[in-house]
Amino acid sequence: MILFDQVTKLYVNQQRPALDDVSLEIEKGEFIFLVGPSGSGKSTFLRLVLREERPTKGQVWVLGKELNRLSNWKIPALRRQIGTVFQDFRLLPNKTVFENVAFALEVIGKPSSHIKKVVPEVLEVVGLEGKEQRRPDELSGGEQQRVAIARAFVNRPMLLIADEPTGNLDPGTSIGIMKLLDRINKLGTTVVMSTHDSQIVDQMRRRVIELESGHVVRDQSRGVYGYAR
Amino acid sequence: MRATFVASEVGHGLRRNLTMTIAVIITVAVSLGLFGASLLVRAQVSTMKDFWYDKVEVSIFLCSKGSDTPSCAGGAVTDAQRDQIRSDLESLRPLVEDIYYESKTEAYQRFQDQFENSPIVDNVTENALPESFRVKLSDPTKYEVVASAFAGRPGIEQVNDQRQILDKFFRLLGGLQLIALLIALSMLVVTVLLIVNTMRVAAFSRRRETSIMRLVGASNFYIQLPFLLEAGIAAALGALLAIGTLIVSKAVLIDQVLAPSFQFTAFVGWDSVVAIAPLMLITGVGLAGLAAFFTLRKYLRV
Repeated sequence: MILFDQVTKLYVNQQRPALDDVSLEIEKGEFIFLVGPSGSGKSTFLRLVLREERPTKGQVWVLGKELNRLSNWKIPALRRQIGTVFQDFRLLPNKTVFENVAFALEVIGKPSSHIKKVVPEVLEVVGLEGKEQRRPDELSGGEQQRVAIARAFVNRPMLLIADEPTGNLDPGTSIGIMKLLDRINKLGTTVVMSTHDSQIVDQMRRRVIELESGHVVRDQSRGVYGYAR
Repeated sequence: MRATFVASEVGHGLRRNLTMTIAVIITVAVSLGLFGASLLVRAQVSTMKDFWYDKVEVSIFLCSKGSDTPSCAGGAVTDAQRDQIRSDLESLRPLVEDIYYESKTEAYQRFQDQFENSPIVDNVTENALPESFRVKLSDPTKYEVVASAFAGRPGIEQVNDQRQILDKFFRLLGGLQLIALLIALSMLVVTVLLIVNTMRVAAFSRRRETSIMRLVGASNFYIQLPFLLEAGIAAALGALLAIGTLIVSKAVLIDQVLAPSFQFTAFVGWDSVVAIAPLMLITGVGLAGLAAFFTLRKYLRV
């Protein structure tokens, strides 16, 4: 699913690499927590997977493709198989819940008959049935994140990237979101989630990859957030 | 491809950026208007050249009694000289299309007709006007052939080409056209810069949408298309405005005002306008499209 082979990423004008010689493999169907302090390289890792950045050295394989050799015009096709969720939801404020999810399908040219069928389905999966016509500012933070997850999941991607999806939410709401991501994982989608939330990681007991200063310092199946606490 | 979706994006974009859209439309209209006007002036110059060159003739003035040029040292032209000139002219056919001999009497009559209401007529006698050959050339640009063959020959006072007088006038018009074209070009540069800036602002104000589009895997083409269409539509509106102005100028300024007052010359016809209008549209939309395309490539990267 994802393979990092001796990947180093050095941003321009920076002394220390954001990722330093990282090698790891993520199998299909796994649920991964990516943990570590701010600046440890979590976001860089996710950006490399999405091919928003290219590695300085090494190879990144995603969904069977080596991203260095992927030509620019094939990137959209790659991203259609990857769902993305962010801490700040990234919804369009002037569109309704339905339109926000439909937008993801419209811009990749899906016919409206298809959209009318799959959007209600995915809204039901995330538990937002009946709120199709609300606007994001009429929803709670947890509900907004559910809209974002619906948008990420509506194409039934092979891989879901979640960059601190519970970072803006209170603990109770976070549990709901985690249950949803767990459900999506059980439907067959590989989930890679970066987080600072130790409670969630400790409860879920999934594989944990810990980064520090660009190095993998821990890779543990059924792990917890950290030892030293 | 979903046309309705793209269309609604374009509509939103144009309205959201209304002031910039209007600015683009106006600069495109002004620059293309000048561009079209300069092309029209060029067409006018060529129409006038066709019209006048067809009418101009080379005049070979013959010596009369008081002429003081060296070639007239022998006094007034003799019959033998006159016949020799005529037969030499005949030998220059087909370059020489038409030969007309104007006697002193005819020259005097023409002079009287031309200056009917002027007191100058009273001061000129028949003898003061030279007799001449009026020669019409099949190719007016080959004037030099005639001039070199006849200028300075005994009995000939002067060889005159009316074209030279016209050329001064056409050079003036050509200069005006060049100035209009230069202004048009600098305006087009301004237009391109404005479109570049407009696209930057548009890309920035919709960065939320475009970033989401990129994340869900919309193709570059799909992301850029609404922007390109916006630039194209604004440019097309400006071009249509400019073309409308050109048509009104032709119908009112040329046909109603200039043509009745200057009946001695021909003016550009509608065929020139029909030829120039598409050129303006293509230039406007093409430039806007290119400017937008290269700006977006920089600001809407995958």
